Amino acid sequence: MNNRRDFLKTAATGAVILGSQSKLGLAAMLDQPGQHSAAKSKVVVARDPELHGPDGQLNESRVQGLLDRAIHNYTGIERPADAWKHIVPVGKTVGLKVNGLGGKGVSSHLALVLAICERLQQAGVKPANIVVWDRNARDIQACGLTINTDPGKIRVFGSDVSGYEDQQSSFGSARIKLSKILTQECAMVIGVPILKDHSGAGVTFAMKNMYGVVDRPQDLHAGGCNPGVADLNCIPAIREKVRFTIGDAMTSVYNGGPGFRPEFLWQPNALIVGEDRVAIDYTAWQMIEKKRADKGLPTLEAAGRPPRYITTAADAAHQLGVNDPNRIHLLEV
Amino acid sequence: MKSNLKHWTLIVAAFAVLVAGSAGCKKKPANPFPDSNAIAGWQKTSEMRTFAAKDLWQYIDGDSEQYIQAGVVSTATTDYKFQGQLEAVVDVYTMGDAAGAKKILDSGQSSDAKTLQIGDAGIAYAQSIIFRKGVSLVRIVSYESTPTSAQALQALAHGVEAKL
Repeated sequence: MNNRRDFLKTAATGAVILGSQSKLGLAAMLDQPGQHSAAKSKVVVARDPELHGPDGQLNESRVQGLLDRAIHNYTGIERPADAWKHIVPVGKTVGLKVNGLGGKGVSSHLALVLAICERLQQAGVKPANIVVWDRNARDIQACGLTINTDPGKIRVFGSDVSGYEDQQSSFGSARIKLSKILTQECAMVIGVPILKDHSGAGVTFAMKNMYGVVDRPQDLHAGGCNPGVADLNCIPAIREKVRFTIGDAMTSVYNGGPGFRPEFLWQPNALIVGEDRVAIDYTAWQMIEKKRADKGLPTLEAAGRPPRYITTAADAAHQLGVNDPNRIHLLEV
Repeated sequence: MKSNLKHWTLIVAAFAVLVAGSAGCKKKPANPFPDSNAIAGWQKTSEMRTFAAKDLWQYIDGDSEQYIQAGVVSTATTDYKFQGQLEAVVDVYTMGDAAGAKKILDSGQSSDAKTLQIGDAGIAYAQSIIFRKGVSLVRIVSYESTPTSAQALQALAHGVEAKL
């Protein structure tokens, strides 16, 4: 899986399911909505066992290399700037939706955000066309980011600044107001979630990260966030704009999440990358289950909180991606 | 003249009672957090934030469900720093009854939990302490582990306990 043709082939399923009609970046090269492909959804898990030192501190200088390896293996394109040109639309605004809800200890890492911003700019995206965002200033600061609304630079701010649309959007059980950063600022969004166990949903990663895009996420938590997560991701602006995920699994909590619980802290030292948000969440879920088993903890099913929303997201009513491992091309590098 | 004086004394006294009563209604929630330097080396680095049960999701998202199910009434939180370096956050959950605090403390302990003599019951890890006292459930978490962090966290925990 090292050439562009293979990349296009395996990435196809994800793009079909994403349902984007855009001609930007990846979408311009991929199948049109409504088409079905037998090709698998590709998910890359890139690891660096030396990402954290013996003292538990993140070696930030290794993050760029890990990101480049993940993107290279996903796209099949070696030169990072070239690879990124196939992911993002140059000349349009790209959003990075981070997740700082867990607080300082378990939030999207600053080093990863900086590494992505670096490559975006090398691919030709102007700093003014990059927005790093989350729910509010506190969550953004938990990621180590500093608020900046200067339009000439990379902007970093929350939905508490932009506000939410007046009009409700809905799909199934989800009836919410979307952040104006998503609806009015961004042509495309890259999800930069942090992998965590979740006391209600089981796992929080790519799709659950979208709870930070709406005004009343608490209304979507019933039933272990099922079908809330799947319904929310079917809302057109989310489905169509959030087209790529660079999942931060460098640090995680395998139990007691979504808050920072140092007693359950874990360093998978990985990035999980792809377009198919369901396949990514399925892969992340398996990682958490493996860690829980290693620690002698019950499965999430046995703990009474399996991430059922992943199955729902893949069903005929949602078609957000695939959760069948036979239809996921998992590449671990 | 004497009668007038008595009359005015009564009016002033009644006004004072009214003012005191009014102030009582508007008083801030009890602050369970020790001031800076009340515990050696610990500085309070943020203002106290409080969340009613219905707003707890704003602070801890989906984690709020387990606290709501255990009967949380309100939550207060603030940040500390020890000797200018070790950062910690202290959460005080006020539950409807002591059983609610016990329910949270008893759930989700990992195998390396150590019993801590504090409040009605407590446990300690390398980077965190959880204890309950009456209707209060306290969680103290530091973002890193240092040779002195466990001892420092215990000192802070006892400082919080004393204010409950």
